[in-house]
Amino acid sequence: MEYEAVIGLETHVQLKTKSKMWCGCANQYGAEPNTNVCPVCLGLPGVLPVPNDEALRLTVLTGFLLNCEIPRFAKFDRKSYFYPDMPKNYQITQYDKPSTANGFVEFEFNGSGSTDGRSRVRITRAHLEEDVGKSTHFERNSGLDFNRAGVPLMEIVSEPDITSADMAYEYLNALKEILVQGGVSDCDMEKGQVRCDVNVSVRPVGTKELGAKIEIKNMNSFSGVRRALDYEIPRQIEAVKRGEKLIQSTRRWDDVAGITEQMRTKEDAHDYRYFPDPDLMPSAPDEAWIASVKSRVVELPEARKQRLMREYQLPAGDAEVFKSNVELGNYFEGIAKQAKNPKAVANWVINNLQARIAEVSMFMMVEPGFNQTQMGFFGLDDLKFKPEAILELVNLVESKAISHSAAQQVFAEMFDTGKSPALIVQEKGLAQVSDTGAIEKFCDEAIAANPNPVADYKAGKLAALNSLKGQVMKLSKGKANPALVGEILERKLKS
Amino acid sequence: MAAPNLDVKYVAHLARLQLTPEEEKKFGEQLGHILEHIEKLNQLDVSSVEPTAHAVPLVNVTRRDEVTPSLPHEDAMRNAPAKRDGLFIVPKIVE
Repeated sequence: MEYEAVIGLETHVQLKTKSKMWCGCANQYGAEPNTNVCPVCLGLPGVLPVPNDEALRLTVLTGFLLNCEIPRFAKFDRKSYFYPDMPKNYQITQYDKPSTANGFVEFEFNGSGSTDGRSRVRITRAHLEEDVGKSTHFERNSGLDFNRAGVPLMEIVSEPDITSADMAYEYLNALKEILVQGGVSDCDMEKGQVRCDVNVSVRPVGTKELGAKIEIKNMNSFSGVRRALDYEIPRQIEAVKRGEKLIQSTRRWDDVAGITEQMRTKEDAHDYRYFPDPDLMPSAPDEAWIASVKSRVVELPEARKQRLMREYQLPAGDAEVFKSNVELGNYFEGIAKQAKNPKAVANWVINNLQARIAEVSMFMMVEPGFNQTQMGFFGLDDLKFKPEAILELVNLVESKAISHSAAQQVFAEMFDTGKSPALIVQEKGLAQVSDTGAIEKFCDEAIAANPNPVADYKAGKLAALNSLKGQVMKLSKGKANPALVGEILERKLKS
Repeated sequence: MAAPNLDVKYVAHLARLQLTPEEEKKFGEQLGHILEHIEKLNQLDVSSVEPTAHAVPLVNVTRRDEVTPSLPHEDAMRNAPAKRDGLFIVPKIVE
């Protein structure tokens, strides 16, 4: 019998706010332990939490980005459990009245249930809660840092629409891209800003009933999720085939060993005893508030990619680059609107500009005294030339005023000095030579100086022409019109 | 009217309370009385009433996203049973 996997993900994302969820402590990574703490986030008795308006906005904004409904009423509940990273002994979360519900994410993935290479995963809800402290385990005891306690955390719950490890991976990447570009979260995995719980079960293909749900807790990388599923799905299928009865349970992924192991079963599952938090008033967003959140909605990455392909006739590869690099995409769009050939502009922006910026950044990183925290230290804002210079350069090539190789020199020069392409062409004498007399002279020289390729060509090795062409281009210092060079060489060699 | 079954041991465990057999009996009876009273309320038909989230009729009480000073580190650690390298030290937690 064939089996299939049924996967749902609960993705926790730290929101991009200045302060914590219930108090004014800084929402800041990397501070000295227990320095961004106060009576509220330490869970001391008698304190009163007050919700951060921006965190509520970012949650509803996520709702819009994920095509959710925005209920006109939401509330916070207490979820009770005992664990030292949660000093109040309850986590504040949204239980039965979340801020958003019933949405979906669409992304590129070819698999079961997808159409035209695109898949859809339904979103049950995205609700707001609080992060817990960070524990470090030592030989004999554990240490706690509460700087992270009370950081606004959003939980995005998917429906069990995911059918494979690869699909889970693509869903997570699409989700991350939406949240980063939407300004909701930086989703920095290194800083633990995204964590994931995976629910997975297996069932015979074609059946509707779900198998026993196994939860893999606390994954902190997308590739880890994929590897855990690549292990867990076959494990469950093997077990079922052996006639074993799987039971609802929670497992832990051991990244080093590459296996999942059992933590607890349904019998000792937590009893959270949810109830409305009496310290917090419900949220009942009015039309004006919702509209002001909605005005922050940006174009979704996937929609943007499709639009770039449609409006500028870009190939999927180019549009993909601009999808993930929004800044570069905006730079491209800023000039492509005026371009006769947007594809040529995209080539320059992606192959030359982006590559050169990366080179300069790399070079700066190996310089002594480089400060690692200065990310984004060299970017589009630091360019010496105006975006229109790229357009001018493309036009010079398109009108055959300069050759492709000369254009490379012009680009290098304008990158370094910020001079206009026209000025560089003039100063360096790079204008393409289409004067047949001059080219004929270079061709004669090249033929005279290279008897071997000439003999090869005459003996039928047509590729030898390229070597001669190269010699002519060299003699002309890259200025000869290559098409003309080819024509003239061929004519001379055949005569 | 019979009180619903109440597992005193389980409830005590959830609250991390250790009870003697005498206390189990005593609190079991007391909690039973409370539940009997709740049962009385359960006789009322409230199927058409929306559950109340809060007794005070107020909504949208929020604060602006602004950073305010935290506690000085020394003050924050003052009640710590044990501390090291700026961390609260607790018995080893394994799950």
